[in-house]
Formats: sequence, structure tokens, C-alpha cells
Amino acid sequence: MRWRTVLPLVLFAVLAVALGVGLTLNPRDIPSALIDKQVPDFALPPVPGKALGLASADLKNGEVALVNVFASWCVACRAEHPLLMELARRRTVPLHGLAYKDAPADSARWLAEWGDPYERTGVDRVGRVGIDFGVYGVPETFVVDGQGRIVFKHIGPITPRDLESKILPAIATARGS
Amino acid sequence: MIPELGHYAVVLALAVAIAQMLIPLIGASRALPSWVAVARPAAVAQFAFVAFAFAALMYSYIVSDFSVINVAENSHTLKPMLYKVTGLWGNHEGSLLLWVFMLTAFGAAVALFGGNLPPTLRARVLAVQAAVGVGFYLFILLTSNPFGRILPPPLEGHGLNPLLQDPGLAFHPPFLYLGYVGFSMAFSFAIAALIEGRVDPAWARWVRPWTLAAWCALTLGIALGSWWAYYELGWGGWWFWDPVENASFMPWLLGTALLHTAIVVEKRDALKTWTILLALLTFALSLLGTFLVRSGVLTSVHAFATDPERGVFILLFLVIVVGGSLTLYAIRAPTLGNGGLFQPISREGALIFNNLLLTTACATVFIGTMYPLFLDAVAGAKVSVGPPYFNGTFAPLMVPLIAAMAVGPLLPWKRGDIAGAFGRLKFAFAAAALVALATLYFAWGGPVLAVFGMAVAAWLIVGAAVEFAERVRLFRAPLAETWRRALHLPRAAYGMSIAHAGMGLVVMGIVATSSWEQEKLLIMKPGDRTSIAGYDIAFEGVSNVRGPNYSAARGHYQVTRAGAFIARMEPEQRSYPTPPMQTSEAAIRPRTDGDLYIAIGDPAENGGWATRLYHKPLVHWIWFGAFVMVGGGLISLTDRRHRVGAPARQRGPAVQPDVQAAE
Repeated sequence: MRWRTVLPLVLFAVLAVALGVGLTLNPRDIPSALIDKQVPDFALPPVPGKALGLASADLKNGEVALVNVFASWCVACRAEHPLLMELARRRTVPLHGLAYKDAPADSARWLAEWGDPYERTGVDRVGRVGIDFGVYGVPETFVVDGQGRIVFKHIGPITPRDLESKILPAIATARGS
Repeated sequence: MIPELGHYAVVLALAVAIAQMLIPLIGASRALPSWVAVARPAAVAQFAFVAFAFAALMYSYIVSDFSVINVAENSHTLKPMLYKVTGLWGNHEGSLLLWVFMLTAFGAAVALFGGNLPPTLRARVLAVQAAVGVGFYLFILLTSNPFGRILPPPLEGHGLNPLLQDPGLAFHPPFLYLGYVGFSMAFSFAIAALIEGRVDPAWARWVRPWTLAAWCALTLGIALGSWWAYYELGWGGWWFWDPVENASFMPWLLGTALLHTAIVVEKRDALKTWTILLALLTFALSLLGTFLVRSGVLTSVHAFATDPERGVFILLFLVIVVGGSLTLYAIRAPTLGNGGLFQPISREGALIFNNLLLTTACATVFIGTMYPLFLDAVAGAKVSVGPPYFNGTFAPLMVPLIAAMAVGPLLPWKRGDIAGAFGRLKFAFAAAALVALATLYFAWGGPVLAVFGMAVAAWLIVGAAVEFAERVRLFRAPLAETWRRALHLPRAAYGMSIAHAGMGLVVMGIVATSSWEQEKLLIMKPGDRTSIAGYDIAFEGVSNVRGPNYSAARGHYQVTRAGAFIARMEPEQRSYPTPPMQTSEAAIRPRTDGDLYIAIGDPAENGGWATRLYHKPLVHWIWFGAFVMVGGGLISLTDRRHRVGAPARQRGPAVQPDVQAAE
């Protein structure tokens, strides 16, 4: 054996280890640039038929809250919806909805059809606020502490596992601090 | 019943493959002819079982048997028949079945048409081929069974991702796989040679046609994929340096290098260990491509539904196959010895230069593709490597490669005369200078590098022509003599000239379209006019149309130039109900000076429509050039030197694509 002929094997071993480690990582876990930043300033009207709109001031009342970005056209939102309903029923945390790039009538119909888990809702018709929040896929869920700071962001539909292992702990930490 | 039979056939194929992997290998090392003889019938039987399984799944797709989970998840009764059939390989499980179908088809081809191979070499090749097959059968049976049932069966399927319902993409995976799997032949031959401890010109002569066939298929597959991205994704790009694109491009780069060094082994009995290593790495990269697509290790638009269990299996498989073969290489390669000596300036030297650049290019693509993974694994940081890196590192490597492509074929073996070669290339110099001047004239003020790029491409195209003219002694000998020489020129020589010229066309297309593309993004209301690259475009409005399984908003645009009517262009924005998805069908008008490309987007609030206009100079040369390259490869495949002693063998690789298309 000469080193030259062993070299490919050594390089491959390094690659295999990296791939093995890579399997345990999720490339879709993308940190949000807005973590630990203040939520953007906004004030949005509610989805038609609901009383309370959503504004940045509502996220600074001292209580930890969830902001869930949804849309009637979003299929994955349907997937996480039962979980949100359950969360609202248990009243663990105030849950607010941001209807992202959606016709207000469609959002209203959607909530009427599948149930309305939200305390407050904001109609973000053109997606301006969503963009300020750094939304690039729907659904996304933000954990905001009582001072209007984003402490956690979840991309994609929430699964029961995500809720238990990531979101509830994030809420607990935010309440503790 | 049919799907169960198909499933059972895969199990039988696995059993046969295990036998085919072990018995001939033992037979070859212990000199037991009856054990060696097992390889051929086993390879044919394996192919028969897999072909049956493939047909069974195909049948389930054709009759829309939604009790099969795979069909229910990927098909729909309203889908056109073509896409019902191609839906088979538009998903993870089905594409694996396609993969083993091709793998066994190659194996059967060696068994049936490999009559002139030494029996022990053939037995070992088939045993290695079977070993690869065993890995894939286990993968299918343990993690990705395409024949699983669901009870009660759904009334309707989920449908195939509409982006994939397209003729360009329907045949993109089969050709890509044909390429990947084709390199398994070179791999099997390399392993067999390492086991035997012998690499000689006869070996190289055997490997070359398989490599060439695989290369043709891969080239075609990549070109079809790029073409599809261009007209279907709706933003007019044709290459994105996406991890999965790179995964198919890396084996192409190394396969191209392999194709060229195999010539050196055949003609000069030199560069043997390097050629073996290339053969191993090319297939390793093909496997890595499979891993990247299916494991979820990298983010990509192409990723199949990912599943960590599958990722672990493929990684294990990759470690066994690649790690095992590289270990064998580390042990045996030093014993192979090296053959003929040569000067740096020679055909061999030029081919080494070619290899150096191609493998470096492959390494840069590899680093760019894997860097995010490495960084994430080591430092936990998330980055993505984009086109600026790839363009910045890849292009500078291609320039000397292309420049040398014209010179290399003019150099004789062993010892060359560089001045003489350049002297004969004076026409290519003149052509390059002419093209540079013409480019300056037509595109004054454009990027300087573009002028250079066009000149290099012209140098290559005319250089290929000069080399051909030299061979037939055009204008130096009487025309009758030239004609006689042209008739007797090996097909491989024709193939090389054509493929090199095709590469020149690709380069011109790439340079032109990336340097002088014009783009306009605007909201157009009915009656609005705009212009791009000298064309006037009037938007007449939008109508709603219904397709077989979608509804669409179709934009109507009239294109004129200096008042003269050129074309009506009607891009569509399609909405598919199952699965709910929108796709953009761009309207593309190829013209001599380039493509006019219009894509229509979402309606704006004021009654206008988002419209994207492009003028892409010479863009279709990219794919035309790629097809020319494939044509050159196919012509070279028909060279009688590949057939000597094996009259029927040629049918195997060369005919394969048509067989696929007809299925």
C-alpha cells in the first residue's frame, strides 16, 4: 500500500462521517434573523366577523403569546389546525392569527368551516407585515414574550411532537425570564 | 394479485442476485468452470424477474389500481396516459425499481453479448454487478416497497406533482438513471480488474463502450432536465447549481474524464491505476447522487419525501460499496504497474491535462455542494452556496479546458510538437479573432469576458473542424483521396469531432445567454405595450381555458418587430386541483437571434397581470449543442473497433434508450 492509493479511502471516510452527522441534522431548521428582536410595528384589522384585530401593542402586554401565520389557501395549515384548536381549548397560551396574503372573506369562511382557535386576528392582505416578520412559508408560528420580543419561530405545520419538544418549552422559558 | 407477484419477483431477483454475487466469484478464484458458468444464466434470470416486477407496477399505474399505495399517492384517473406511465418513476419507490431494472438490463446485456470476454472476467463483472443489485433489492424490500397495499383503496389518487407532468421531465429520470447505472458497468469492470490484478488494453476496450453509452445517456438526461427547468419553472433559468443538479453533474464530469483516460489505457497501456480510480469514483458519485436526493441531507427543490431510515440505509450501502471498493483499490492498485512512457507534450499529456481540469472542476462542484453539510456538521452554522461561487470557480477551469480541447487531438501519442499543432490551428485562430470582432461589433459595450468566451468557443468549434480536415487531408490531397480517407475514418474519430464541436455550441449558448440576456418584469393591463430587444409586445388580455386535469389563465400577447407581425404568444398560469398547485407554462418563441420568453404570473389588484419578459440570445444552442454531443457519442459507439470480436454486443448499450422510451 502506498499513501497515494490509500488517500481516496481516507477522504471518503471523512465524507462518510460528515454524511452520517448530516443525517441527524435538518437542513430546513433555519434560524430566524428576527430571534430576540422586537416584532415589527403594525396594526391590522380583524378577519371579518371577528371583534379583535392584531397590533404590535397587543404583543407587549406582559403575557407570552403565540402568533400563527395562516392562510385559507395553505394546505399545511389544515394539517396543524386541529392542534391549534386543541391548544385554544386548553387555554395554555393566548393564540393570535395572522392571515397572510389571503382574501379576508376567504379567511373568514375558512375559520367558520374549520373552527376558530384565535383570540385576535390580523388581516395581512398584501403580506407586508408577514414580510416584516420574516415569513417565507406558511404556516409559521412565532413565540413572542410579553415585551414584544420574538423568542422562537417554528416553520411549517406544528406536529404534536414539535409542540411538546419545542414550542411549549420555548413558552416556558419566555415566562420564566 | 399482480402487485403481489411483482413484489415476489423482486424477492426472487434478490435470491438470484445473492447467488450471482457469490458463486461466480468463488468459482473464478478456485478455477471451477461450472461455478463460473452460473453468472450468465443468473444475470438473465435476474433481469427477467425485475422486468416482470417493473411491468407489474406499470400495469397497476396504467389501470389506476389505487389499492397500491404507490399508485394512489402518485397517480390520478384524469391524468393523461403518458403521465400515468411516467408517474411510475416520479416517486422514490418507483424510481428505485426503474434503477434496478436498468441495472439488471446492463447485467443481462453483458451476459448475452459478452461472448468475447474471458469467462472469469465476465463472471467477476457480473458478480460485482449482482452485489450492487443486492444492495438495491434490500433497500427496496426493507424500506421502499412500491407494491404495498392500502385497505380500503381510495376512490381517487393524489395525482402527480403537476410540475412533473411534462414530456421533458417524463424522460429526464430514465436517461439520468441510465447514465448513473451505466457507470456501474465501468465500476464492475474496475473491481473485477482489481480482483484479477490485471488491467490491459483489452480491458479498456471493453470498458469504453459501456462508459460511452452511460455518458451519452447522462448527457441527454442532464440536458432534458435543464431544458425542462428552462421552460417549466417559469423564471427562464436553465441551470441553478442546485445540490441535486450538481449530483448528476459530478458523475458527468468524472465520467467524461474516464471516457478520455480509457483511451490512453487502450492505446498506450498507461494511466491504469488512475483510470481504475476514476471508474470507481464516477460510480461512487452516482450513488452519492442517489443518497443526496433521498436522504434529506441537503435542501433541494428536487428532494423526494425524505425519511431518515432510508438515509441510514443508503449511507450504509454507500460505505460498503465505496469504502469497500476504495479499500480494494488501496491494496491492489500498486500492483497494477504502469505502462508506456510519454513526454508532457503529447496526446497522453493533453488527456492528463483534460483529466486534471475535469477532476478539479468536479472537486469544486463537490466542495460547493457539500460545504453547507460539512459546516453544519462541524460548526452547526447554516449557509448555502450559491451560483456566484460555482460560476466563479467553475468557469476559470473551463476556459483552459476548452482551449486545450482543440489542441489535444492534433498532438500525436508519446511525443508531440506543440508549435506544429498551433500552426495547423491557424484557421481556428482566425475564426476566434473573427468571432471576437463580430461580437464586439454586435454587442459593443457588453461584458469583455463575453467576447473572450465567444472567441474560445469559436476556437473549439473550428479547431474540431481543422482536426477533422487534417485527418482527411482536405485541400492537401486530391479530393478523391480526401473522400477515400473520410470513408475509412473510424466512426470514433467522427464522434470525437462532432462531440467537441457540440461542446463549443454549448459554450456559445451559455456565454451569449448569460452575457446579453434582457429581462423585464412588469404589470401589464390589457392594451398595454412594451418592448424588449427590438420586439414590440402588446398584451391583449387573458382568457380562461380548461385542460384535461387543470384550469388555466392564458395570456394573449402579440409580438411585432418594426411593425411586422412575428408571433402570438400565449403563456399560461395553470391551476391543478390534485394535488392543489399552480404551475407556469411559459410561452417561448425560438428565433435565430435567441428565444423570446414570456411568463404570466398572478393578477395584480388594478386589473393588470404580472408579466415576465426575457430575451435570451442563443439559449437554445445549449441544448442543441448537448444533443450534438450525444450524437457524437452515439456515432462513436457504432465504431466497429468496439465490435471487433463481439458482433452483437453493440446492441446492448446503444439501443437501450429506445427500449426505455418505448416502455
